[in-house]
Amino acid sequence: MADEEKKPEGPNAEAPKPEAPKPAAPAGEPKAAAPKPPPPPPGAKPAPPPKPKGPQQEPWSSPLVDALKEKFGGEFIKSYSFLTQNQIEVKKDRIAEIMTFLRDNTISPFDYLVDETAVHWPKTEEFEIVYILYSHAKNEHVRVKTRIKEWEPIESVVSIWTTADWLEREVYDMFGVQYANHPNLKRILLPEDWVGYPLRKDYNIRLQDVEWVRKHLGIDSGQKYYVGEARAEDAGYITPSD
Amino acid sequence: MSTQEQTLFDASEITVSMGPQHPSTHGVLQVKLKLDGERVIDAECVIGYLHRGVEKLGEAQTYGQFVPTLDRMDYIAAVSNCLGYCEAIEKLLGVTAPPRAQYIRVIMTELNRITSHLLWLGTHAIDLGAVTVFLYCFREREEILKIFENYCGARLTTHMFRIGGTQYEIYEGFQDEVRTFIKDFPKKVDEYETLLTENRIWIGRTRGVGVISAKDAIDYGLTGPSLRGSGVEWDLRKAKPYAVYSDFQFDIPVGEKGDTYDRYMVRLEEMRQSARIVSQAIEKIPDGPLMAKMSKIIKPPIGDIYHSIESPKGELGYYIVSDGSTQAYRARVRPPSFVNLQALKKMVAGHMVADVVAIIGTLDIVLGEIDR
Repeated sequence: MADEEKKPEGPNAEAPKPEAPKPAAPAGEPKAAAPKPPPPPPGAKPAPPPKPKGPQQEPWSSPLVDALKEKFGGEFIKSYSFLTQNQIEVKKDRIAEIMTFLRDNTISPFDYLVDETAVHWPKTEEFEIVYILYSHAKNEHVRVKTRIKEWEPIESVVSIWTTADWLEREVYDMFGVQYANHPNLKRILLPEDWVGYPLRKDYNIRLQDVEWVRKHLGIDSGQKYYVGEARAEDAGYITPSD
Repeated sequence: MSTQEQTLFDASEITVSMGPQHPSTHGVLQVKLKLDGERVIDAECVIGYLHRGVEKLGEAQTYGQFVPTLDRMDYIAAVSNCLGYCEAIEKLLGVTAPPRAQYIRVIMTELNRITSHLLWLGTHAIDLGAVTVFLYCFREREEILKIFENYCGARLTTHMFRIGGTQYEIYEGFQDEVRTFIKDFPKKVDEYETLLTENRIWIGRTRGVGVISAKDAIDYGLTGPSLRGSGVEWDLRKAKPYAVYSDFQFDIPVGEKGDTYDRYMVRLEEMRQSARIVSQAIEKIPDGPLMAKMSKIIKPPIGDIYHSIESPKGELGYYIVSDGSTQAYRARVRPPSFVNLQALKKMVAGHMVADVVAIIGTLDIVLGEIDR
């Protein structure tokens, strides 16, 4: 993930703490005690104990993943398990073929698309499209993730699972993801004339408010808003007139 | 209300707009029906009238603050919403709620399932012309809501659980009240059955209406009683047990034909099974703390999690992406009603206009959850 360079925070107080070297005794104390790690230079603060590591991605493989690798070698990025939930990352170009394979394979046929949604990563200008699949036959979940650039279209999976119809319309409505070959790609929850895509991280609702008041009431609302890093023009938002 | 699409002399196809202010759409749902005489050719749902941006709010509120907001989604089954979210965050944190809290959670969730199904049965029967059932259903529903009110002070938007357990201890006399209710309840379900199950009008209005095959149901992503009515024996409480459901004995009722009548039978039986779970759980609530030991500030590790539970409507899932801060980076809700409503188009095709009312009713939708 784009923002995962950050060091994971300690999840909670319950997690087992790794054996941390005890903070060295203050410089003033007699040094006759039992052997200790080399004392820090006088005046230096004792080193803080390393933070407990959060859950990590663990490598995961299965016959299905092997079959997928074999069939779509170049498209496959990695497969791993996080908190016992299995995930596959693939490239976006042949996503419809990969999904068809996942539905029709005999090892673990994922006949039920539980959910399809997106996550916006503005730093890399990417959307992560997340498909959650379930196999009734094997009682098994898998999460398939793929990344697209903000302006790129992605192949629709409506022809594979009918349930994707509204789910994809919602992603389009909230993120502005363009699905290719979707039978009826239009807004679903918001009105047709809505400006912008609310679940994008750079969506600026306050700015819209101020604009609306200025346009319709002819006054300044006095509400504070920021323009900041939001790439408002790119997303087709209303931009401040001044 | 209706507009003729073609000329007056060739008016074989008309479009009727049902809702958004229609009593049988159970909220502000608009269905644009294309009709050939009385027969439905096509239906298109217009939703979003109740959109409140719940997922966006989830990114702006801390994990704890977001819980009461979720009660407002499926307000008929607020307890389930709360349970699913709390468990998802607990999973991400690596915390397990103490057994006492888990048992209270199961009891409350199952009682809530009964209220949800009772409300569904009452309104569904009214839609199809049987007014009496509504009064019977609300009589029992009131009993449960009183228990909820005594427990947490609220009847609908209960905010019963917290991340890491439950906040409130059960009140004095809680177990007796629940026992009394559960003891009588199966008889009450029999009573509803005497009004409907063999009623010729009821059978005429529901048999063979809104049929969907098991294969189609899975393709459309149907879950909950709507899926089980088509004969697929799938319940998340059994398939992927959460909370302490693996401790209890209960059956998954399924239908055969996948019509409105089967789904009615499935939900009735589900109420009995819920009562069965509660009667087992109420006898062995363990002692112990209500909250797990965890830091006051909830900061899950970086990563994502999907957790789903069996809400009264179907699979209610939460997909949470955490960036290690106190607020979710992405809080996605997978609402069962939203996905189930999609199948309406398929189910109404070829039926009469009056059957549309029956089919909307049998899907058991809540617009607050669809629009979020």
